[in-house]
Order: sequence, then C-alpha cells, then structure tokens
Amino acid sequence: MNTRTTVIASEAKQSPACAGVRTPASEAAAPLTTEHDVTGTAPILHVEHLSVHFPVRHGVFGTHTVKALDDVSFTVPRGATLGIAGESGCGKSTLGFAVLMLQKLTAGRVIFDGTDLGQLDRRAVRQMRRRMQIVFQDSAASLNPRTQIGAIIGQALDIHGLYTGRERAPRIRALLDMVGLASNFADRFPHQLSGGQAQRVAIARALAVGAELIVYDEPVSALDVSIQAQIVNLLQSLQRELRLTYLFISHDLSIVRHISDIVAVMYLGRIVEFAPKTSLYARPSHPYSQALLSAVPVPDPALERARRRIILKGDLPDPTNPPSGCGFRTRCPIALAACAETPPPPFPVADDHWARCIRVGESVTSSAPGLPP
Amino acid sequence: MTLLRVRDLHVAFASDRGMVRAVQGISFDLDEGEVLGVVGESGSGKSVAALSIMRMIPQPPGRVSATELTLDGEDLLGLSEARARDLRGARMAMVFQDPMRSLNPVLTIGRQLIEVLQRHLRLGRWDARARAIELLEMVGIPRAARRLSAYPHEFSGGMRQRVMIAIALSCNPKLLIADEATTALDVTIQAQIVDLVKRLTRELGTAVIWISHDLGVVAGMCDRVNVMYAGRIVETGKVDDLFRHPSHGYTLGLLGSTPRVDGTPQDRLTPIEGLPPDLIGQPTLCPFLPRCQVSVPACQDSMPPMRGLGPLHDAACFADLA
Repeated sequence: MNTRTTVIASEAKQSPACAGVRTPASEAAAPLTTEHDVTGTAPILHVEHLSVHFPVRHGVFGTHTVKALDDVSFTVPRGATLGIAGESGCGKSTLGFAVLMLQKLTAGRVIFDGTDLGQLDRRAVRQMRRRMQIVFQDSAASLNPRTQIGAIIGQALDIHGLYTGRERAPRIRALLDMVGLASNFADRFPHQLSGGQAQRVAIARALAVGAELIVYDEPVSALDVSIQAQIVNLLQSLQRELRLTYLFISHDLSIVRHISDIVAVMYLGRIVEFAPKTSLYARPSHPYSQALLSAVPVPDPALERARRRIILKGDLPDPTNPPSGCGFRTRCPIALAACAETPPPPFPVADDHWARCIRVGESVTSSAPGLPP
Repeated sequence: MTLLRVRDLHVAFASDRGMVRAVQGISFDLDEGEVLGVVGESGSGKSVAALSIMRMIPQPPGRVSATELTLDGEDLLGLSEARARDLRGARMAMVFQDPMRSLNPVLTIGRQLIEVLQRHLRLGRWDARARAIELLEMVGIPRAARRLSAYPHEFSGGMRQRVMIAIALSCNPKLLIADEATTALDVTIQAQIVDLVKRLTRELGTAVIWISHDLGVVAGMCDRVNVMYAGRIVETGKVDDLFRHPSHGYTLGLLGSTPRVDGTPQDRLTPIEGLPPDLIGQPTLCPFLPRCQVSVPACQDSMPPMRGLGPLHDAACFADLA
C-alpha cells in the first residue's frame, strides 16, 4: 500500500481560468450536514482554490509542471471527518501536507479556524500547528528509534512549552491511557512496539499538544484487519470525546465509508466528487467514483458473483503530460468528444453533493456500483 | 482429480529464543483447476506454507516435515534440488506481492521471459521470443513486441504484476501460487489483475492458491478457502458456506473487523482485541482463545480438533456458531 507523496497533474496546457466557465455549484461553500450533528457550527477548516505544482526536469533542457493539486476547495465543519479517497498519485497526501502548510502552496488559501495560514510568518504557523497534527502510515518510522515512548511524547510537550515540571509525567501517562496503552509503555523503545501500538503512540503525540484537527495519511493501511478495526474504533472514540476534526486520507473506500462524514474523491490532483458520505455511497455520480466503488471487493461470495464490475482500462496517465479537458477521460467508459475540451466544473448532484462530470444527471452516470441499495 | 496433497505439514525455524513454529501441522487437498483461498493475518503461516510447497524454504535455518506432500503424485519433500528447480516454473509457479523484487532490474522483461521458456520448454531463441510476445499479449500488455526490450522500472506496478503473471503462466503450470499478488496495487488495478488471473487460469485449467488478507478478494475469486491462525488451519470450507456460516471464533472476528462498502454502515467495528500469539513452544489450547469472543468452557481443557460441519466445511472450534 502506497502513500508516497507522488506528484500528479492535470491539464498542463489549460490555463486555470478555463475552469470557471460554467460554475453550476458553488464549491463547498455552504456548511455540510454530516452524520454527527455538526450543522450550524463554524467550519474549522476552509480550503480555497488550493494548487500545488511541482517543476519536474525532463531530459536536459525541458522542465514540466506536475500539478499535484489543482484548484481544490472544500470546507470541514468542526467535529467532522472528511475522508479523502483516491489511488496512488491522485494528490491526496499532497493535500494533507498542504493543509498543514508543510508544503509550499502554488496558489490558494488554507483558512484554519478563521485564520489564513498563508498570511502568518513561520513562527506563527508553527504555533498554529500545535492545533493541527498529522499521523502517518508507518508510525514506527516517524518515532525516533533511540528515544523511549515517554520521551517522544514529552518532546511534543516541550516544543510547545506545555505541561512542564511536575505536570509532565502525569500528562504522558494520561495520554497513553487515552490511546489504550498501559503506562509502562512510557519506558519502551519504538522497536518494541507492534504496528498498532506504534500507531497509538503517534496518535498520543498528536493529542499531547492539544490538536483540534488531525490529518491521518493512510493510518491503518499497513495493519492487519483485526488491528485496523481497533485503531479505527479508537479514532472514533477520541473524536467523540474531544470533538476532534479529522482529515482521513485513504485508498480504502470501505474504511473511508466507515469513518467519514463527508467524502472527497480525488483523481489527478482534483476533487472529482464531493458529498456527504451517505449520498456518495448511495449515488456515486462521477464515473471514476463509480469504477472505484465497483472495484472494491465485498466479503460476500454470492454478491461478488452477481456484481457487474466496471474494469477501467490502463493506468493513470503520465502526470507530466496529462490529458486535455477532463483528466479521467482517457480511462472513462462514458467519455464524449466534449470531455477533451475544458476541465469540467462541479455539477450539482444533490444537496452538498457535486461531481466534475459533464454527464451528471444523464441516466448513463447513475448506474450503481454493482451493489444492492 | 487431486493435484496437491498436503498432510500434517510442519515448518519451523531456528531462532535465538528457540524454534519458531510457523506452520503447525496443516493438511489439505487441492483439485486440478481449483481456486483455493488462504486468509489470515501476518504471521499466520500462510506464506511459509506456500513457500514450503514450492520448496523455497532454506534448510537450515528452516525445517520442513510432512507425512505427505505431493504434486500430481510426485513427492515434493524428497526431491533433489535439481529436480525441484525443474518443477518450479514448469509445473508450479509463484507470484509475489512486490514484482519489483522478483524481477531483475538490470535485465529486460523479454530476456527474463525468454530465459524461462528456454530453460523449461527448451525453445530455440526465435520460438521463445515469439512465445514471449504472445504471453505479454495474453496478459494485456499493449505493444508487446516493443515492450520486450523494456526494463522493469519502465512499467507501472500493475503492468509489472502482469509481466510476473506472464512469466508464471509461461510454461502452463498445473499450480499457481499467488501470495498477496494484488495487495500493493490500487483497487482499480487490483480489479484488472484479479479479472486477468481468474480468466487465464480458467482457460488454462491451472489450480490456484490465492493467499490474501483481503476477505473480499477471496470471496470473489475462490472456490474454497482455508482460514489460518498461528500456523494452523482453523476453518476450511467452500466460500459460500464459510462466509455465510463462519464457524470459528477467528473467522467471525475477521468478518466483524472488516468494514464494507455495501449494506448499512455499521456504527462500530468489532475488532479482535489483543495481539496474535508468539509461535515459540507447543500450544496445548486453542491459540485463538486469549482473543476469542465466543469461547466455551471446553476451550479451557484441550485443543479443539477439526470437526465436520457440512460437506467440505470443517472448523477447529468448540463453540457452536451455526
């Protein structure tokens, strides 16, 4: 399972201005109704027209631009989970980094709890980051192998000058307890931990500094299913107790469905579909979302035999030379000539649900992903 | 017609802390053309069992024993190393999770494919080349003739796995073992590869052992499934029976831990608490007992034997889950 920050692109030759020719849906501007009751709360995270482009050297003279993120906008209400689904190279990890300002933005704004992070100097961003943390897939690799777990969590406290002196040890114990580890784990070294335990430590470290928004980049992908379920349940309990907001990046659509309130499906640096979870899984409306969902295997032999799978042709296009118009059209089973012209704007599907496909609304795109309703 | 017979297979490895008993007495049959799934978590012994069938466990430090291990009636354990090399590739072949590690990075795809054909089928250079092109076309690699001179790094992950499948099926083996062959791939590419393996092995009549941690893939592609835990087969059955009536605490736990894209979303998953056991030493009770949610008093007394629940459906569990 792959979480490289692979760079990908779309529409190298299109000027960004083309994107807004028709704008049927105001992109993610309104607060979303989610599974928890978070309606009416102020958004904690608002991302506007975010782009991250990487120059890539090509041969001796040429340089290409890879648009890892291209004009991405969304809003996440406090206490909600936005699931970001997509395959390798779709830009989902870059998005996670960009939101935390760990990645230089080419364009766009990240507004966290009312503050435009791009306007802050480095020190202020660092202070702000106390409230925004990230947890990676391979947490063992992000823990210093020579440092005991207690000290690793303690360092996070020290950096932000929290819980000094006598408060420090009890705070570390409390954090370990919160993530379901006994207090004697404070004396262990990272190599003495199983994959699930390392993930718990990474979560404790994020909570140590009082994070309000946590970006999870494939946090359970390397774990066995039984351990995966333990961690997913832990994330859900912590979210409810502490009213945390999650950005949950994963290639696994089953887990994204389980944990998210809102889901963004990404392809070649763009969000191709955005919707409340229930609406997305009931009515996937972008042909890529449909193919993605239809490809997810289900542990039910009878259903698997009966399913009609949409098998996509070929691989992701070369990100340095992406297709014109809609980035998905080269693999799309329902592409039209018009799809090559301009990148499709978001078209409304239902309340708070949009898809970047010019065929939204035609019967051809409403085919179910081979699953019973 | 039984192709592979495995009886009481044990595999152990010497370590500083004692013998690690990776496979602890497994028995199963595989018919010609049958697709058998093997599911279980890391350390359940599924890969080690497969490698021992392929005669790929180095001894020492490994130690492989069985009362019977035969492919098409030929004893695999007693084979000379030379004869084992003849069988591997020709009569049985294996595809791994990471094709980049199986392919030689400094040789072209064509060279690696042609080598197999020359070695096992004794084809001449031009015949082997022509056959190599056919094979690449068979696994869906576009412009096959031109791609022969490409190196592994010039292919995407999915395309590399297609090349591995072409090499594995090149000599029309009777048995193909795929060990997490689609785990590293994106889900749409996984669907392509599963589709390809299903179609080709059906056409060629190849029997498949499909090792995966993904219950969904196994449900969709296999006829029968073995569930392994701590080096043992704890449940076996036809996919329909096993998924509809899981009859071992561990199988039940696996299904409860797996979120699904269909049906009503669950509010909470039911994880299997705790960690898998250490494989050092000889267990006297069910190895899953410490994590089991459905244990009964009998579990405290002895190791549960395999018991029949229906045609081809057996589970080593005292609890009555049906």
